[in-house]
Amino acid sequence: MKKLVQDFEVLHKEELNDGTFVIDVKASAPLPDIKPGQFVNVLVENAANTFLRRPLSIHFVDYEKNIIKLYIKKIGEGTTKLGELLLGDKLNIVFPLGNQYSIPKNSKTLLIGGGCGVAPLLYLAKHLKDAGNEVTTILGVRSAYDAVELDPYKQYGRIFVTTEDGSIGEKGYPTQHSVLNEKFDYTFTCGPEPMMKAVATYSKSKNIPCEVSLENTMACGFGACLCCVTDTKRGNICTCTEGPVFNINELKW
Amino acid sequence: MVNLEVKLKDLILKNPVMTASGTFGYGEEFEDFIDISQLGGILVKGTTRHHREGNPYPRMAETPSGMLNAVGLQNKGVEYFCDNIYPRINHYNTNILVNVSGSVIEDYVETAAMINELDKIPAIELNISCPNVKEGGMAFGTSCASAASVVREVRKVYKKHLMVKLSPNVTDITEIAKAVEEEGADSVSLINTLLGMAIDSETRKPLLSTVTGGLSGPCVKPVALRMVWQVFNAVNIPIVGLGGIMNAKDAIEFILAGASAIQIGTANFIDPQITVKVVEGIKEYMIRHQVENVTDLIGAIKTQ
Repeated sequence: MKKLVQDFEVLHKEELNDGTFVIDVKASAPLPDIKPGQFVNVLVENAANTFLRRPLSIHFVDYEKNIIKLYIKKIGEGTTKLGELLLGDKLNIVFPLGNQYSIPKNSKTLLIGGGCGVAPLLYLAKHLKDAGNEVTTILGVRSAYDAVELDPYKQYGRIFVTTEDGSIGEKGYPTQHSVLNEKFDYTFTCGPEPMMKAVATYSKSKNIPCEVSLENTMACGFGACLCCVTDTKRGNICTCTEGPVFNINELKW
Repeated sequence: MVNLEVKLKDLILKNPVMTASGTFGYGEEFEDFIDISQLGGILVKGTTRHHREGNPYPRMAETPSGMLNAVGLQNKGVEYFCDNIYPRINHYNTNILVNVSGSVIEDYVETAAMINELDKIPAIELNISCPNVKEGGMAFGTSCASAASVVREVRKVYKKHLMVKLSPNVTDITEIAKAVEEEGADSVSLINTLLGMAIDSETRKPLLSTVTGGLSGPCVKPVALRMVWQVFNAVNIPIVGLGGIMNAKDAIEFILAGASAIQIGTANFIDPQITVKVVEGIKEYMIRHQVENVTDLIGAIKTQ
């Protein structure tokens, strides 16, 4: 798939809570085919300490409107600057990058997202449903305040929430949710590494395939710098080109 | 019409813009973004005698106006390059240079000898300045005696253009430049990365698995520019300047300081099309300043 570098226009911005927002960016040319799990690398301008691009999961793609949705949590200067973008502003983006989640057919799929790691799961949920799968999503967050943007998942399947303080949904971590007692054929996860490792352990115990999306610090995003490597059974490989999605059997987890 | 052609002794570049090793993969990574034949040359990833896994993650830390890396010369070794990568890239209509690195002199010599047999590789860049490997690398480039010895031995087996990449992590870079010139280097490229480090004050841990790493990006440009100018005044062989070049203006500054050609490194990560933009920008500068040949700009800094 050909990689592109293009100026996008900020078309819409929605604050989900104090630290999290979704921006819709419109491409200047018709979007190429974008797969669930792929990411973009965006240029943050006018931020003195943000030298490198910021890799961000693709949250959703709307081909009719020619937009990509990015789900962003303000963590440092770069993401905070992105939160200050105004409608009409330009955003320079290198895309589409990385591999993709596998899309099985007619299976029971379980998606587990933690915090802003939920970002790629909405687009994945759509593709899974389109392929005839049953989709169950669990979002793990700290408290009700962070349980944002649940409705969009409902059109693709069931959505459950776990909170650390029990303020909404089941109390605990997503890997402790009661729905895990059901039988699933595949798990897909993105979020903090301890959570993904717990999902991997669960999947291994049930003997079902599990794919995780890793988030390593990277410079280029397309395999040139060799900075974002993951230590796999095949040695050090680039997370940006051979990932970000890995089957857990490839990893040394 | 402006003439962008430059010569590094016998090595003819259609323009002075090359890529820095370790920032441009094998060129293939950039094929979606640019026409590689528009460049003066590309420097492929540091190649060693044997396969190297490189250093553990994390290998990179962002810094103000730059980045630290500790990749540690991850590559599949020279035989894999010759058998698998070279056949894929030798159709590029540009100069392909291989950056050659090693832990011991024999490794440099054997690697250089194998690359010498590749028809479409007109030159190597001898990397005696990598700060991210435990043995060899920068150790060769930080004393005149060891720099001279590795160049002397490689010169015996390598018959084409021999470029030597110098380390800035020395007291006087001109002494090293003179030492490698004396041993038959055809050109020098400078600078490799500056040794640096970064700490997370919250966790009190270093940000790189190796603690220290190589600093690159626009933050190193003034140091690189100064060293190019010093070396220009010290040796008679051509200089390839690099260190934080982000645009054509930066490239022109290096040429004015004495570089016959330049390499673009870290900027490739920010803008994968930067190299061809710099070629265009150099042309535009020459037209604006009524400079017919880019060679007229080499060392043309007005110090009086």
